[in-house]
Amino acid sequence: MTTDTPNLGTPLIEVVGVNKTFGAVHVLHNVDFKVYPGQVTSLIGDNGAGKTTLIKCITGIYAMDSGEVRFEGEHVKISGPHDAAVLGLEVVYQDLALCENLDVVQNLFLGRERLKYGLLDEASMEQSTRETLASLSVRTVKSVRQKVASLSGGQRQTVAIAKAVLWNSRVVLLDEPTAALGVAQTKQVLDLVRRLADQGLGVVLISHNMNDVLQVSDRVCAMYLGRVAADVAITPETRREFLVELITAGRSGNVGLQAAGEVVV
Amino acid sequence: MSTEPVRSEALSDFALDTSKKDLKAVVADFRVRMKSGDLGSLPAILAICVLVAVFGSTRRSSFVTAQNLANFFEQAAAVIVIAMAVSFVLLLGEIDLAAGYTAGVAAAVLAIRLKEGWGLPAAIVLSALVAIALGLWTGVLVAKLGIPSFVVTLANFLVFQGILLILVKEGGSVRIDNDIIKGIVGNNLSPTMSWVVAVVGLLAFCFGQVHKRRRSDGVIAAGIVVARIAFATVVVVALVLILNRNRAFATANSEIRGMPYVIPLVLIIMLALTFMLDRTRYGRHLMAVGGNQEAARRAGINVVRVRLSAFAGCGLLAGVGGAFLASRVNSIDPNTGGNDTLLLAVGAAVIGGTSLFGGQGRMLNAVLGGLVLALIPNGLGLVGEASPLGIDIDFGSSGVKFICAGLALLLAASVDALSRKRTA
Repeated sequence: MTTDTPNLGTPLIEVVGVNKTFGAVHVLHNVDFKVYPGQVTSLIGDNGAGKTTLIKCITGIYAMDSGEVRFEGEHVKISGPHDAAVLGLEVVYQDLALCENLDVVQNLFLGRERLKYGLLDEASMEQSTRETLASLSVRTVKSVRQKVASLSGGQRQTVAIAKAVLWNSRVVLLDEPTAALGVAQTKQVLDLVRRLADQGLGVVLISHNMNDVLQVSDRVCAMYLGRVAADVAITPETRREFLVELITAGRSGNVGLQAAGEVVV
Repeated sequence: MSTEPVRSEALSDFALDTSKKDLKAVVADFRVRMKSGDLGSLPAILAICVLVAVFGSTRRSSFVTAQNLANFFEQAAAVIVIAMAVSFVLLLGEIDLAAGYTAGVAAAVLAIRLKEGWGLPAAIVLSALVAIALGLWTGVLVAKLGIPSFVVTLANFLVFQGILLILVKEGGSVRIDNDIIKGIVGNNLSPTMSWVVAVVGLLAFCFGQVHKRRRSDGVIAAGIVVARIAFATVVVVALVLILNRNRAFATANSEIRGMPYVIPLVLIIMLALTFMLDRTRYGRHLMAVGGNQEAARRAGINVVRVRLSAFAGCGLLAGVGGAFLASRVNSIDPNTGGNDTLLLAVGAAVIGGTSLFGGQGRMLNAVLGGLVLALIPNGLGLVGEASPLGIDIDFGSSGVKFICAGLALLLAASVDALSRKRTA
């Protein structure tokens, strides 16, 4: 297996020693997590392993009990979605959070509308929407003035992702982007995920689908009962069974957690 | 990535946005929209055409007269304004059952202050402040405390009715002597001014349509623009021609001619609100909160503030509607804004195509729906007693009017529900 010292430069986002408890339940134990530019880092783990909690700690929705977030090596304090957005950290949630009664342009610019003489500058927003979608090679949306209600699941996912990257974001966190999609749409979204990383963004993909993970990821971080079981690079030799064992047992061969809970890499 | 290739790529993609459409394509598009249940205000427009045709053909001598036409617009005005007020909160998926009595209280404050000798501007400002305060009170309870608006405004329905009763005293009424307030509903533009207003309005409409077409890169077919402008011109010219005839009774010693003030007033209110909803950031945020509150919150929109302000806006506009109500009868009493005012207003918005579930609707809907709901009693009243199929029915009676208005509302709600089912 590959070692954990890749020569990928400074991580865009790095969290060190995160602990989080909800009352008596210790949800995250000394979690370390890194996101590199130009890489798709998959975050995998069973239900309740702490994936979503970790994401919410990183984006400031939950306060960490202890631990530190570094952005490009600098210590930063993120205490809410606004701070995250300022750093260029965008999350695409599973439920997408699009307004179905608004069209694609209106959704993309929601909350950050461009104004001209104090009024909405529709022409400029429309043009930027087309450029953003074109730069992501999105070919499935035929009109940027379509209401989101009329779009398919894959198209909505595309719009949600475009919304996240429109703001010159540096890191995009995707929560189960393919969970509700068919085969063809899944492929479109995974292609899009890959293109984001190829454009130099740091991409975090939360997924339960090991095929998706193997297909697009450069690295994988497996969580098991609130601990990081492994943080390794994906190689052509990486097998599906290896990931499944990490998820279900916390270790596979000589990679993973010791019985005592120590991390061996 | 350089921008040039992206631009050209963008142009070749998104075919629907840039391809020119002829009339045939527009009709095909329209049919697709109909089938998918996106009806908008079409049912209301159809209803107006059908009602006008039916009443116009059966009661030609009384329905299509200048007197009835002017009367009709004056009947409809107050309900339309209150319907636009309620539309604000309907767009959020909320409801304001107390908007009628908000109008009543605001009108009472206005009338009493005028009677106490206050100047008109001061009285209007106080009345507006009271209306906003009532709206804010509802807004705080709904947006800050999270009580369902149905419950809050049901309670406020009683509270505001009580305030109105205390202000006016049981069984009493307050006369309005101010000529300007009395003139809102009742006075008319001079025939010349009617033409000026009509021409200015039509020119603005043409300019708007042409501008919209130019901005759409020719996606809107020229034929559609011409058809719309032609239709608007015919309707407006016909209206002004009829309204400019003398409609005073033969025995009266002065003439009544011209367009009632309420027509331009209602149109100005509608255009201002539509502009606010379509072209300002606040309007966009209001629609977003109505469509998906969670999405709006995550987009950084202050959802509580938007909801609070919508209720305040509803209150203020209801207050304006109150002035219309008071002006029509030149006085206020404990029933001003009561009875069926609120129900007609909500019904007008819904018949026009505004959804009760939020996020869907325009101010134009309130106007069209209000016209439908005013046409029904107006026309039925003129039909009077008749014996269709051998049964004697007094179509002019309140019972029949209420039943017909109720059925119209049910019909509109079923159209809405059926089209929703089709899209889902």
